[in-house]
Amino acid sequence: MSPDNKSTFTLDGKTVSYTEGQTIIQAAMAAGEYIPHLCFNPEFKPHGSCKLCTVKANGRQTASCTQQPQPGMVVESDTKELNDERRALLQMLFVEGNHFCPSCEKSGNCQLQATAYQLNMMSPHFDQFFPDRPVDASHSEYLLDFNRCILCSLCVRASRDVDGKNVFALSGRGIKSHLIVNAKSGNLADTDFTGEDKAAHVCPVGVILKKRVGFVIPIGKRTFDEHPIGATPHPTVKGA
Amino acid sequence: MITQVNTHSEYLDPILLHRRHNANDLLQVLREAQEHYGYIHSDAIDYLSEKLNLPRSKIEGVAGFYSFLYLQPRGEYRVLFSDNITDRMLGNMDLMASMCAQLWVESGKLSEDGLLSINTTSCTGMCDQGPAMLVNNIAINRLSNERVSAICELIRERVPVSAWPAEFFAIEDNVRRKDILLGSSFKSGSALAVLQQRGADEILNEVKVSKLRGRGGAGFSTGSKWDFCRVAPGEQHYVVCNADEGEPGTFKDRVLLNSYADMVFEGMTLCARVIGAKKGFLYLRGEYRYLLDHLQAVLQRRRQQALLGKNILGIADFDFDIEIHLGAGAYICGEESALIESLEGKRGTPRNRPPFPVTSGYLNQPTVVNNVETFAATSLIGLNGGSWYAGIGTETSSGSKILSVSGDCDRPGLYEYPFGVTVAQVLADCGARDTQAVQVSGPSGVCIAANEFTRRIAFEDIPTAGAFMVFDQNRDMFEVARNFVHFFAHESCGFCTPCRVGTSLLSNMMDKLAQGFGSPYDFAEIEKLNVLLQSTSHCGLGHSACNSVLDTIAKFRPAYEKRLAHKDFVPAFDLDSALSQARQMTGRDDKGAHLEREDESR
Ligand SMILES: Cc1cc2nc3c(=O)[nH]c(=O)nc-3n(C[C@H](O)[C@H](O)[C@H](O)COP(=O)(O)O)c2cc1C
Ligand code: SF4
Ligand code: SF4
Ligand code: FES
Repeated sequence: MSPDNKSTFTLDGKTVSYTEGQTIIQAAMAAGEYIPHLCFNPEFKPHGSCKLCTVKANGRQTASCTQQPQPGMVVESDTKELNDERRALLQMLFVEGNHFCPSCEKSGNCQLQATAYQLNMMSPHFDQFFPDRPVDASHSEYLLDFNRCILCSLCVRASRDVDGKNVFALSGRGIKSHLIVNAKSGNLADTDFTGEDKAAHVCPVGVILKKRVGFVIPIGKRTFDEHPIGATPHPTVKGA
Repeated sequence: MITQVNTHSEYLDPILLHRRHNANDLLQVLREAQEHYGYIHSDAIDYLSEKLNLPRSKIEGVAGFYSFLYLQPRGEYRVLFSDNITDRMLGNMDLMASMCAQLWVESGKLSEDGLLSINTTSCTGMCDQGPAMLVNNIAINRLSNERVSAICELIRERVPVSAWPAEFFAIEDNVRRKDILLGSSFKSGSALAVLQQRGADEILNEVKVSKLRGRGGAGFSTGSKWDFCRVAPGEQHYVVCNADEGEPGTFKDRVLLNSYADMVFEGMTLCARVIGAKKGFLYLRGEYRYLLDHLQAVLQRRRQQALLGKNILGIADFDFDIEIHLGAGAYICGEESALIESLEGKRGTPRNRPPFPVTSGYLNQPTVVNNVETFAATSLIGLNGGSWYAGIGTETSSGSKILSVSGDCDRPGLYEYPFGVTVAQVLADCGARDTQAVQVSGPSGVCIAANEFTRRIAFEDIPTAGAFMVFDQNRDMFEVARNFVHFFAHESCGFCTPCRVGTSLLSNMMDKLAQGFGSPYDFAEIEKLNVLLQSTSHCGLGHSACNSVLDTIAKFRPAYEKRLAHKDFVPAFDLDSALSQARQMTGRDDKGAHLEREDESR
């Protein structure tokens, strides 16, 4: 192997350079390239659970948020095969929870919705699960609408690793996996959660919502309404 | 509040002391704590949270992961019927219905008086002597109507489980065919004596020469694994014996631990010397809780014999001991990285790999994880040498394999053969007749049809972790696959999207077919799901979750076709059955209270 391709790989034919320790998606984003993702957030340690970022690396499918590149690696991402699979994964996330986008405060700022548009998801395809997930409105400033949780664990990581609080955790197993909060009552109001927490601002979908600011920015004028996801590498979500 | 916490401290303090307030032992602490009330009391979590310095959310998250840990009362008697397909074939569902009726309780719910609960659980590893159940996590086999009625009586009279008739708890080994391993007259310490004489390098070399491959399923070279771990840098090295044995239809590790435990522990000790480990773990599935006292006694005896502990066999720096950790009802904890998470007291979620356990395992230190049978085999290899072992079996599958045979045959139990034995030979030996199919290596393995019975058990032909479930011509292979699919949905850890949602979608589809609402469209959907699960799942569970359905569609298509009342897509929703509640309320069941189904009206 020649020394000059030592720290580069190709992504859909384009050469991307990387530094030791970076994963494929980290290097791609640094180079301004977009790979669909939900549980990955550049500010946090990769988790690798949603599998939306799946790419083919030297012919083998793998999650690009956790996979480190090798020199000269050939990575395919924007292919019909992979986008079809990503769309199916999105459809799974949609039917697993209760997502009624038109009435959701996060509409237009939601990464799940924006990615679904980007990947031309026209219907949920699978039969809906319609799970029963009560809303937690106990906290004076914040609302938790678990119906939309995609179990990406970003709030868990933010609270634990940045806020040092462990307000959120995952419990249950399999399809019964669910988010819990750190209180005997099970209510957010009885935790030490505040609006200043990092965890209050990382949810890619509409679970952790600030109260009384609903629809301040009208639908149609929100982040992903103006800049479809993937068009610019990672727009900052308005009002977050 | 304070007094409540104090009452919990009474039973929690000794547990915490014994576990040295080690948060890594959280799962063990929770399991032991639960033995007090039959569930984990909310105030007990407060106390543990304070004493272990762990957030409540973490403790609840861990407890919520494992099927055998309860955060709500489940009764003084917690009855779980093993629900493998082999239990079903032996009538477990009727027995469970009868028990529910006798005790006036609905399955899955706590009885109104709070006395008991009855539910199903994944295969408990007793397929050779089913139908089986667990009562307060202790195994009872060979259930019959009489035995179930007797148990109902004991529960009604509130007789403590410890005072139930001993014969209820008798568990047979059922060893039917012995070869080099089951037939050996291994003496504890004999392989360690060879180690003492020849040194760790030579033992490692013998294991390499033996070409031994792991018996837990993947078939990785044991010698290479030990070598990788030996050279991996770390503060400590660890040996872990995987006794999670969760694959439905597998029960060989149960017998090895019951009657050949010395061989297993000695293999672990050889490994420890080779890789330089001071500490080892046996991760024992919760279903085998009944083996715990016996195994502790074997360990204790080995310590007295200087085969464990400080200065083993008098060798100055040879210190090694083994601790037993119990699982708590989670098949995924058989996957080695999930097992390590579980050993660390966490939810059993498979890790991102690389790094692999050999470089970063328990507490991120180099760790060897091997199956029970693998360790037992290394004892034999230590004793008799690698080339002896390599001469048995086939070129690429050396040595012997223990099969757990169950289902439609006269003599279910353990059969040990040199690798390369044909399926037909095993069927003849176990007294199987009119065999339609054999499921080899459990739900994640392969389904073999009659025209393939000349195939061989070997890594190069039919690889197996040991399960061998026999189905005769009267069995409905669709129901076999449906049982397996429900197993995967129940056992998916839920970490990754494709498996968490996909396994549930798949079991819903199979239920839809079972209810007669299927169409060829569903076959195509199942095929698509399989591709998605294969290519995007995080671990082996997701990769193999569709196997049994695809195999049975390919090989036993009529079993599916007879359920396809329709040629085109049919929704899963049935209007007529949606009216059943209304019919029940109005007491009507005449023709006018039913909607005709399209196919009937044609
Ligand atoms: C879902 C899943 C379940 C597994 N269950 C077991 C098990 O119960 N026992 C076992 O020894 N290996 C099991 N394995 C394989 C282990 O991950 C690992 O490969 C094995 O313990 C290594 O030991 P060996 O090399 O001696 O086979 C499982 C793997 C997967 C993916
Ligand atoms: S609440 Fe939001 S951030 Fe937290 S796990 Fe659910 S989707 Fe992810
Ligand atoms: S494939 Fe299934 S069991 Fe494995 S990590 Fe994903 S959800 Fe968990
Ligand atoms: S973004 Fe990589 S798995 Fe979720």
